[in-house]
Amino acid sequence: MSKMSENGMVSRAKVLTIDTMNPTVKKVEYAVRGPIVQRAVELERELSEGMKKPFAEVIKANIGDAHAMGQQPITFFRQVLALCSYPELLNDSTFPEDAKSRAHRILQSCGGNSMGSYSASQGIDSVRQDVARYIERRDGGVPCDPDDIYLTTGASDGIVTMLKLLVCGEGAARTGVMISIPQYPLYSAALAELGAVQINYYLNEETCWSLDIGELQRALDEARQYCNPRALCIINPGNPTGQVQSRECIEDVIRFAAKERLFLMADEVYQDNVYAEGCQFHSFKKVLFEMGPEYSNTVELASFHSTSKCYMGECGFRGGYMEIINMDDEVKAQLTKLVSVRLCPPVPGQALMDLVVNPPQPGEPSYDNFIKERTATLSALAQKAKLTEQVLNTVQGISCNPVQGAMYSFPRITIPEKAIKEATDKGQQPDMFYCMKMLEETGICLVPGSGFGQKDGTYHFRMTILPPNDKLQILLNKVKEFHQRFTQQYS
Amino acid sequence: GALSQSSTQAVNGVSHRGKVLTLDSMNPNVKRVEYAVRGPIVQRAVQIEKELKEGVKKPFTEVIKANIGDAHAMGQKPITFLRQVLALCSYPELLEDNMFPEDAKKRARRILESCGGHSIGAYSASQGIECIRQDVARYIERRDGGIPSSPDNIYLSTGASDAIVTMLKLLVCGEGRSRTGVMISIPQYPLYSAALADLGAVQISYYLDEDKCWSLDVAELRRALNAARQHCNPRVLCIINPGNPTGQVQSRQCIEDVIRFAKEEHLFLMADEVYQDNVYAEGCKFHSFKKVLFEMGPEYSSTVEMASFHSTSKCYMGECGFRGGYMEVINMDPEVKAQLTKLVSVRLCPPVPGQALLDLVVNPPQPDEPSYTTFMKERTAVLAALAEKARLTEETFNTVPGITCNPVQGAMYTFPRITLPQKAIDKAKEEGQVPDMYYCMRLLEEEGICLVPGSGFGQREGTFHFRMTILPPTEKLKVVLQKIREFHLRFTQEFS
Repeated sequence: MSKMSENGMVSRAKVLTIDTMNPTVKKVEYAVRGPIVQRAVELERELSEGMKKPFAEVIKANIGDAHAMGQQPITFFRQVLALCSYPELLNDSTFPEDAKSRAHRILQSCGGNSMGSYSASQGIDSVRQDVARYIERRDGGVPCDPDDIYLTTGASDGIVTMLKLLVCGEGAARTGVMISIPQYPLYSAALAELGAVQINYYLNEETCWSLDIGELQRALDEARQYCNPRALCIINPGNPTGQVQSRECIEDVIRFAAKERLFLMADEVYQDNVYAEGCQFHSFKKVLFEMGPEYSNTVELASFHSTSKCYMGECGFRGGYMEIINMDDEVKAQLTKLVSVRLCPPVPGQALMDLVVNPPQPGEPSYDNFIKERTATLSALAQKAKLTEQVLNTVQGISCNPVQGAMYSFPRITIPEKAIKEATDKGQQPDMFYCMKMLEETGICLVPGSGFGQKDGTYHFRMTILPPNDKLQILLNKVKEFHQRFTQQYS
Repeated sequence: GALSQSSTQAVNGVSHRGKVLTLDSMNPNVKRVEYAVRGPIVQRAVQIEKELKEGVKKPFTEVIKANIGDAHAMGQKPITFLRQVLALCSYPELLEDNMFPEDAKKRARRILESCGGHSIGAYSASQGIECIRQDVARYIERRDGGIPSSPDNIYLSTGASDAIVTMLKLLVCGEGRSRTGVMISIPQYPLYSAALADLGAVQISYYLDEDKCWSLDVAELRRALNAARQHCNPRVLCIINPGNPTGQVQSRQCIEDVIRFAKEEHLFLMADEVYQDNVYAEGCKFHSFKKVLFEMGPEYSSTVEMASFHSTSKCYMGECGFRGGYMEVINMDPEVKAQLTKLVSVRLCPPVPGQALLDLVVNPPQPDEPSYTTFMKERTAVLAALAEKARLTEETFNTVPGITCNPVQGAMYTFPRITLPQKAIDKAKEEGQVPDMYYCMRLLEEEGICLVPGSGFGQREGTFHFRMTILPPTEKLKVVLQKIREFHLRFTQEFS
């Protein structure tokens, strides 16, 4: 395999080419940072080089990154992190005592009293204890063992690790994993990379993206013909849909998992992001235990949390944890061994997680300010969730379910036949075609519904609700105008 | 599925079937993974620490964890400047505080400006913050005497381990006899063997030469490769320089030979250079693979595919907990590069504090800046202490009959060879243990010193070693070395 290069030297094909690389990696897609985002970054560059565009800035409403959209960090958290980074500041009187006492505690649990030490691979012991206590408080006293807590590099890390453990078998015995359609594409990406079988169950758009056991059953029964279904993943509150599952639904899912012998994976990273009246976050673990020992002693469950969402929005720190329930002891030892190879999750992220689960208490100096900041952030999000649903529903051809929770809207869009045809001729998904046009004309970057999955013949986009209120209003109006223009253009 | 279940059991009168996820129904590759640096001996060490805390009487008052290259845990101090900037980035209100020097503030501002919403809490670009990749590229250019580095070839990562695993993942393909084979040194840092097991790739072991200070011999590379070609498709050659666990610093000649070999045999080269500042021995020098590659001329520099890795965990910084690192990819196929970029996007981004830290490592205080003097003082002190401890360790071990220690030319470890009496080897077998594990376990129980047996890294059949870090403070290190000496003499006596 030799070829002549320009300077007359004979060279061979490379060692590592598209044909000789890992085939499962080629199957991986991740729309949240996919082609449309690459184009958005290009446009940003062009703008900064002075190129004229129909817009002055690119708005990256593609990713759940609150700080990037102007949300402020929680003061208390950043004070403690600064103290941990540079402990000389413990002598600085501008820092409140409660921040100092937490910093002290964290540093004492680090090797050499430094955040620069590797921690235990499962995570700093005292932090895991704090996480366990947080879970117990959250779940009305249902016991939590720190030994079942694994700190992780964001929730993504824990999710991928669990999926990796679960995958085995060949051909028709290959592990199948049930995921919602639409889903957060980390799941489909991880399954592609691991060569596991993806089993789609459709959420019901007509009933506010709720989960229907009948549909779970349908998907499972069909999948049994070509794979070995072993896991069921659910995101609650949902991404991209924002639905907050009812307690009854959660019980039904647990019952289903028990009956069909499925390992349950509950992605609960948006647990504080609940906005709609009548909606409440019910932790899978809590419901599981309230269903009695027949379930709580048997159903194998992993639940995931993160420092990236909720009211903290600290995506860049890559903090997270998973709690595993009813895991086989030998498998747990394997899990512990597996995470040891990567040494430990980032210690700043572990410290941050400690503060999230152990925030200022009434009576502590930082309490008032902390509550004020937390409340402001969550109510702003609730406001923006409502505004988004409202405005989008005034647009003919856009239909938006209530944004009950999380950080996104996932409205359905009607795309004219002519546009579908043009897209198809171009080899593009119709909603990608739509979103690309929107990007080029308005500078607004969204992610097409095809990146998350949707019923055949339907189209959607995912937009974050994160920009500051006045910017969001402008954004929504531009989306509205674009949609009207687009519909007109292709009528 | 639901119809095929293993045995059922009754608990609390409630009958239930076997679990969904068991040792038999889990990922078989994961079962093959071993990582000795945090393996069984360390688990026992942690248990002993707990026992000590609970007041159990032991022949020692503390457990010394000389198993892992964690400098801060052993008392090494962070570099002041680095931590000042990190504090400023974490809590930018401190930019108004006049306890912080201007050069620290300047760097903090620059980092914050490159973050979304000026916050280190924002996700960064998946390849890493752009201006940091630019700084890394410039660092590499300075280090390598001006050889160009494109920021676009730099991928920031969650420690070097992350990037190493990502590259190996990209490289693995094929089935059966065409399965990708990856050449790794024996002894090696067991991330490599663990990753290969996890990925189901074929490990091809090439032996370093203990009699020649752990140097690499191309003839041995060739032997290993030819043998491997019969059962797999060798495509990659990994080298750690300075070496872990051996500490050898490869000569420039050797590096050229390896590059030539990689080209001849069509292998992707992976150069793990995380200890590049940890060079102690007279006459030894760090030669970056990239630099040597380019100095060998375009026949090599435009063809050999290579990835080199660096980290914030070692050198003079020792900031293991921050998980900072990068890799530079050279001559990578553009389509593969696009796949790599796509792959890293799924995990969003490496931790931003670690990225910020890396920025400071590649862009430290300059001679005209306020923090320069202190920075240089701290850096020099750390590296000088390590050099001293490297020398002391080699010296002391070589006074013990039955322990032979090669010079610790670089890195952070010593990997001495130990002679074990036949009776001890037999006893180990009885206990179902590998002999050097048995030895290290005894040392742990009797002296509270935790090392890692050579079997965790690989060694020639019939030889035994242990890996010990040189990181404890000098006075403590002297005590540790003394205790090991005494233990070894005792052990040898016991089994004579």
